[in-house]
Amino acid sequence: MNGTAWGLALLQALLYAALAPLLAGWVRKLKARLQNRRGAPLLQPYHNLYKLFSKEARMAHTASLLFRAAPYIVFVAVWLAASSIPLLTTGLPTAAIADVIVIAGLLALSRFFLALAAMDVGTAFGGMGASREMFVSALAEPAMLMAVFTLAMTAHSTNLASVVDYQLVTNQEVLRPSYLFALAGLVLVALAETGRIPVDNPSTHLELTMIHEAMILEYSGRHLALMEWSAQLKLMLYGTLLANVFFPWGIAQGTGLLALGQGLASVVVKLALLGAALAVCETVLAKMRLFRVPDFLNLALLLALLGLLSHVILEVGI
Amino acid sequence: MSLDPVPLLQQLMLVLAAAALFTSFVLLEQARLVSAIHAFAWQGVLVALVTLLVAISGGYTHLFFSATLTLCLKALLIPWMLHRLVRRLELDRHSEPLQRPALVTMAALALVLFSYWLVLPIVQQELMFTRNIVAVSLAIVLIGLLMMVARQQAVAQVLGFMSMENGLFLAAVSATGGMPLIVELGVAFDVLVAMVLFGVFFFQIRASIDTLDVDRMNRLTEQGDEP
Repeated sequence: MNGTAWGLALLQALLYAALAPLLAGWVRKLKARLQNRRGAPLLQPYHNLYKLFSKEARMAHTASLLFRAAPYIVFVAVWLAASSIPLLTTGLPTAAIADVIVIAGLLALSRFFLALAAMDVGTAFGGMGASREMFVSALAEPAMLMAVFTLAMTAHSTNLASVVDYQLVTNQEVLRPSYLFALAGLVLVALAETGRIPVDNPSTHLELTMIHEAMILEYSGRHLALMEWSAQLKLMLYGTLLANVFFPWGIAQGTGLLALGQGLASVVVKLALLGAALAVCETVLAKMRLFRVPDFLNLALLLALLGLLSHVILEVGI
Repeated sequence: MSLDPVPLLQQLMLVLAAAALFTSFVLLEQARLVSAIHAFAWQGVLVALVTLLVAISGGYTHLFFSATLTLCLKALLIPWMLHRLVRRLELDRHSEPLQRPALVTMAALALVLFSYWLVLPIVQQELMFTRNIVAVSLAIVLIGLLMMVARQQAVAQVLGFMSMENGLFLAAVSATGGMPLIVELGVAFDVLVAMVLFGVFFFQIRASIDTLDVDRMNRLTEQGDEP
């Protein structure tokens, strides 16, 4: 039992890594279709990763050991964080080890090394990107934690698997104001953290506006591949967090084969829908000025706080 | 402890009340007057919906009437009048951000906590579940008051006043199943008359000090009084 559970956890982690480029490709394809372009094929991100892995990694003369190590640290941290969020089933040992705070910590670790590596070479763009990334994430992180704490207060646990279990066991159709607020807050945070359109544009190298692209500008070859892969993993991480925690229907609670298959099918459908919503959002919205981002993230924090308050005021005292 | 025994209708009521509280925050933060008027109209719609749900779940027939009255007055007529006023005053492109947005938001959140603390003994004594909404409606009243303090624009202050009235109405509906019909009609027409008077005042203020920024009034002095 223990062995199979760990095996399943490993399988889930591999699934995360394998599906992340597909999700990115899906969003890109849909976005292209919405803009009346044909777009790159759905599997293009895999080809890109393959191409980058087989290329030589060039480095600046001024690059230190940190610059070399950062892609591996970033990738592993994001991957670990992702694999502790229930994807197919809640009954896995990885979910028992890591709760929400650990996940936030791992994401912060990856961000820290990303910013350090960006500043390491000493180019202007790297420093600018690092400072912007820190600016955005310092505002996004409290909002994210607040939003997840709202769920944790309802389920009496900060463990994501127990949060999902609680929702599945008690009542699925229940309408909770606190969940709605937390969901809205977390969507805004996810847009900011994954560098999607109102905050950052993932598809251009426009010097003055880029955040994430500015930080990985100096990377090439396998290092760049790892950086891009970890960005795709991060998108998948937030997608799964939204899909499985707020809409937990279909996720397996045991480790039975049928339940796992159902879990996989439901999570693929949910992520596809979320990706479609993201593509529509990115087509409709324009990127905002950098100094409007605090307003955007303050709204996320306000929503999360209102979620907490409405949990206390409207839901507990009954 | 949890929401399990509460029927879906009443959960929907809680969600709508929470959304009304959120529109109060939107109203407080909104820099553009036209968008603020829209937020106010949405708050009116939400309050009318809560009233409708209370009427359905409690079987109060006269609340159907007051829900319709609220919808017509607060969600349609008054926003329309404000809209027209703003256009006639040529303020529809005017935007005036809050002076200290973070501080004002924190103050508003503190007011929500305060009103919760204030209502706590009432909620513990009574079993009628809509009493939970009393805290929310008190918070809407206090945030409307805060908006009248924090905003300099006369039209925005009027919006704060109107949203206070929304909060009072919500409190009456959720705590006691609505006021007597005659009182409600009286209040509704008072609000309408107030709205008309405000419109007259806007033009008077602008004619005398050439702006609707009420802070400028502090600088007015009598002609002969200067030392």
